[in-house]
Amino acid sequence: MTAPTLAVRHRLAERGIDPQLLLLVPATVFVVALFVYPFCYGIAVSLQPAQGGALAAYRTFFSDAYQRDTITTTLAIALPAALFNVLAAVPIAYRMRGRFRGKRLLTTVLVVPITLGTVLTAEGLLNFLGPTGWFNRVLIFLKVTDQPVTLTHNYWGVFFSLIITGFPFAFLLVLSYLSGIDPSLERAAATLGAGWVQRFFRITLPLLAPGLATTFCLTFVLAFSVFPSAILVGDPSGSTRVISIAAYEAAYVRYDYAGASAAAIVMGAVELLVISVVLGLRSLLYTGSTAGGKG
Amino acid sequence: MRRRIVASPGAWIVWGLVAIFFVGLAGVIGSVVVNSFGVRWFDTWLPEAYTVDWYGQAWKDFTLLPVLTVTLVVCLLVAVISVLVGVPAAYVLARRKFPGSRLLYLLFLLPILMPPITYGIPLATVLYKYGLAGHLSGVVLANLVPSVPFVILTMTPFIEQIDPAVERAARMCGARTRHVFTSILAPLLVPGILAASILVVVRTVGMFELTFLTAGPDSQTLVVALFYSMSAAGIRAQQSVDAMAVIYCVMMLTLLVVALRFVNPTQLVARVKEDPE
Repeated sequence: MTAPTLAVRHRLAERGIDPQLLLLVPATVFVVALFVYPFCYGIAVSLQPAQGGALAAYRTFFSDAYQRDTITTTLAIALPAALFNVLAAVPIAYRMRGRFRGKRLLTTVLVVPITLGTVLTAEGLLNFLGPTGWFNRVLIFLKVTDQPVTLTHNYWGVFFSLIITGFPFAFLLVLSYLSGIDPSLERAAATLGAGWVQRFFRITLPLLAPGLATTFCLTFVLAFSVFPSAILVGDPSGSTRVISIAAYEAAYVRYDYAGASAAAIVMGAVELLVISVVLGLRSLLYTGSTAGGKG
Repeated sequence: MRRRIVASPGAWIVWGLVAIFFVGLAGVIGSVVVNSFGVRWFDTWLPEAYTVDWYGQAWKDFTLLPVLTVTLVVCLLVAVISVLVGVPAAYVLARRKFPGSRLLYLLFLLPILMPPITYGIPLATVLYKYGLAGHLSGVVLANLVPSVPFVILTMTPFIEQIDPAVERAARMCGARTRHVFTSILAPLLVPGILAASILVVVRTVGMFELTFLTAGPDSQTLVVALFYSMSAAGIRAQQSVDAMAVIYCVMMLTLLVVALRFVNPTQLVARVKEDPE
């Protein structure tokens, strides 16, 4: 090897660039070929509809109320579901942050619904909440209602399926964030005479808030991509016609690839918008060490 | 002194909510299981009689043997490829700082953050264009998109735990990167690799959207077959659909039990440090 190339290699190595970075190549190629390229291809396809100008597919999407309203329908399902999951997870995780017998068993059981997936949850909900299911039987038996309550094939079916898969996820995340907060901070506040309300709202919640924002984002992503349960336990042509159904129909029923890509990209854009708003708010919060110290 | 058993009202509400959730969960899973064993179940608390015939029927009607074989082959291929591709990348990302490393990390995070449908539809279009979709290869390729980043994200903390001094010592003794990988890192990383690949298998068995968009008639996995048999309700007896759902459920739970031998439950959703108490 000649002296100049050796010098260049040295200088690059000082900045952290050397042949070892080649190990990154396979993974990068994979992600670029199977994620970035299809995404750009989708954008290109959405800009080349069969007729009309470059933006015709988007114009059709936004001018057709049947398509446009899928955005609000999706948000109307995903935002409350994600919010509920996070808000319900906080008091429960707060109560369980210490050590107690059966904690490992409890967290293990909570993992079950995450892995069952939406298809099986949908099947179970149809049986359980259906007009002759156990839930309605109990209600009628207890004389709460005379008529079975309709909880499937409408908004509530999808909402419940999102809670069954989303709540354990939110709970485990919140629990992991909570156990990262040093308990001695709260003990110090208690020594100074703070009641549990003050301790929770002045000590724990501010430290937990950034974690809650992240949890909300991840649960929201799960809820936003609701697809199988919106078809199976929902009302796929009416109140739960979410944006993923619109995209799927365009691609596989109408074979309108420009329209399908446009819907998929609108979906991604709306999701990223919500996430960036939440993460933007998160950056206003305190994000530092949650460990106690002498500082 | 005995511990106080009477809890505060707040505790009652919290435990009540948890109980309601678990009752609901038990009802959801239980009604599927009971229905799959019932001869006829209509407007009563429990079926009139019990049978296991629905399982045989589901096995025949839904041609479950090929479906299960496809599911296993897809999972194994996805797990092996994503570990082979992901672990070296995770190693570099965990150990090295270089210009653009944060950007690259973001690139690997995106496929996990985006809903599968958003990139699944363009991806399926591309795969169809190159004639890959509709076969096993298309399903494997589509499932690799979230799996490779997932392996990278789960392996990074495992690699960070290994003392770099061990590697430096090996290098002092003249080992090349290849040797460091095969004789130093690989044996130390076996638990991490097992955990990551089991999690990938669990995710792939449950991954509906991507498989649904790219599978052809002979490359369906179990979830997709289950979805088709459910959305075509009325053609088959509900009980045999439920029998298939139970088979899926048992498969998932077995994988889960195996997975939990290697991983902490909270690790399934997040990277957490064990609390040091």
